[in-house]
Amino acid sequence: MDRRVARRLQAPLVNGLLLAAAGLTLFPLLWMVSVSLMSPGEASNYPPPLVPQRPTLGNYRELFGHAGVGRYLVNSVFLAAAVTAVSLVFNVAAGYAFAKLRFAGRDRIFKLLLGALVIPGQVAMIPLFLLLKQMGLVNSYGGVIVPAMAGIFGIFLVRQYALSIPDELLEAARIDGASEFRIFGAIVVPALKPIIVTLAVFTLLGTWNDFMWPLIVLTDKDLYTLPVALASLSREHVQDNELMMAGSVLTTLPVLLVFLALQRYYMQGLLAGSVKG
Amino acid sequence: MRFDRAAWWFVAPALLVIAVFFFLPIVAALLISLTDFDIYALADLANLRFVGFGNYLKLLQTPSFWQALGNTLYFVAAGVPLSIGASLGAALLLHSRLTRFKPFFRTALFAPVVTTLVAVAVIWRYLLNTRYGLLNYALGGLGIDPIDWLGDPHWAMPAIILFAVWKNFGYNMIIFLAGLQSIPEELYEAARIDGASVWRQFASVTLPMLSPVVMLVGILTIAGYFQLFAEPYVMTQGGPLQSTVSVLYFMYEEGFKWWNLGSASAVAFVLFLLIFAVTALQLRGKRWIGE
Repeated sequence: MDRRVARRLQAPLVNGLLLAAAGLTLFPLLWMVSVSLMSPGEASNYPPPLVPQRPTLGNYRELFGHAGVGRYLVNSVFLAAAVTAVSLVFNVAAGYAFAKLRFAGRDRIFKLLLGALVIPGQVAMIPLFLLLKQMGLVNSYGGVIVPAMAGIFGIFLVRQYALSIPDELLEAARIDGASEFRIFGAIVVPALKPIIVTLAVFTLLGTWNDFMWPLIVLTDKDLYTLPVALASLSREHVQDNELMMAGSVLTTLPVLLVFLALQRYYMQGLLAGSVKG
Repeated sequence: MRFDRAAWWFVAPALLVIAVFFFLPIVAALLISLTDFDIYALADLANLRFVGFGNYLKLLQTPSFWQALGNTLYFVAAGVPLSIGASLGAALLLHSRLTRFKPFFRTALFAPVVTTLVAVAVIWRYLLNTRYGLLNYALGGLGIDPIDWLGDPHWAMPAIILFAVWKNFGYNMIIFLAGLQSIPEELYEAARIDGASVWRQFASVTLPMLSPVVMLVGILTIAGYFQLFAEPYVMTQGGPLQSTVSVLYFMYEEGFKWWNLGSASAVAFVLFLLIFAVTALQLRGKRWIGE
């Protein structure tokens, strides 16, 4: 083929391929919304319909009415908010200390923590379950919140960012007689704001989407989070596609919206986290 | 050297949580895996007995454990290259100077990563339905007979792999994209002056410059894919004929369905050792190639 023609075809080819790829990633999500608005049974036709004949919110009404999904939504919102709030305080304080304060064994402890990043969390799950059972936290919100109050990844993320705070700034405040806690509140936290937002988004989305641990530790239906409830509902209602799609929309739309609003921070965390190896 | 006495107030809460709820359980997991911890021991610890490596030896003689291990290796061996290939391809397209609407495409391709796994697994279960699923409808248009994706032991794992690639490739795509952006433009200019074709530029400039990133992405992705659980839990419940039971799924059933916590801990440790060994092997290979 003539080189000039080939060059002219390049741009449509690249953009066409991207358009096709975006179609593949977005189609299931858009279709989920469309099917969630169909009336019961409509989605089980052949060929599969793309848009509802008469859009209805009936499935959502059914979810909140019969299936009691409101309760699961409240659980998910509460747990995600609580874990994010508590773990931010613990991780930011520790991450800052590892970067800027001196204490005995600091570097050795940090190395140990970094090394432990390779251990998959599932190894700890069985003893953790027994431990929480002893503490009376199995089958309670505490069973999800307490083990998640601090995390190595969060500490690492904050530490890397905190290294860039100039020492002179902290020293000047000390000479002025400010206490370490005042310095933390007045200088450190404002300086760390971008990474705090990043870590908050990561924790929020991670807790919301988490499945295996809540499945294990929350046995009472009233305490289920949305993903656990959806998995259980989908085993009962194998045929009710429209209802299940409405449940999927409700479960995944909140995190998609949070991501879209705070995308810049999320991507920064993703890239900062990937250099840990 | 000056020590900050206040420092402990900052680190102690986080370290305490990590020590009690992460390090302690890991040590305990090793100990429990050497006992016959079961539902009777759960009721009364007096029923607990030390069995040495008994759990591990028994696992090696359990066909369903070997099958779970085989299924997981299948998922890793096929899923990781496909995932990374898709990530790299998408990153190259996004990086191209010819690409328009970059921010839109980046977000669109990344969207599946942030969705809730259980929710999108439910969608895919419907897409893959034999009778009225859209995938079989599309294949029908090409003259291909309906495939029982999640009901046929030969197709269930490929279907889960397809789903996992769709869900995950955006993550590594972003990392690759950052890697591509950090390659100096002069290298490409020099290659062009030498008359190198686009393909030649990719093989001689892009790939070598990107190899540390590929390495890192490989290690993280393999470790992640070994932890397969929610996909089969929601889409196939381990079936058909146990063809999608993963090691973690096996551990979950052994531990939290049958309450054989000793044996389940042994499964968890085998998985850990496996991930650890593969990671170490990769790092070794990297050093070997590097020298």
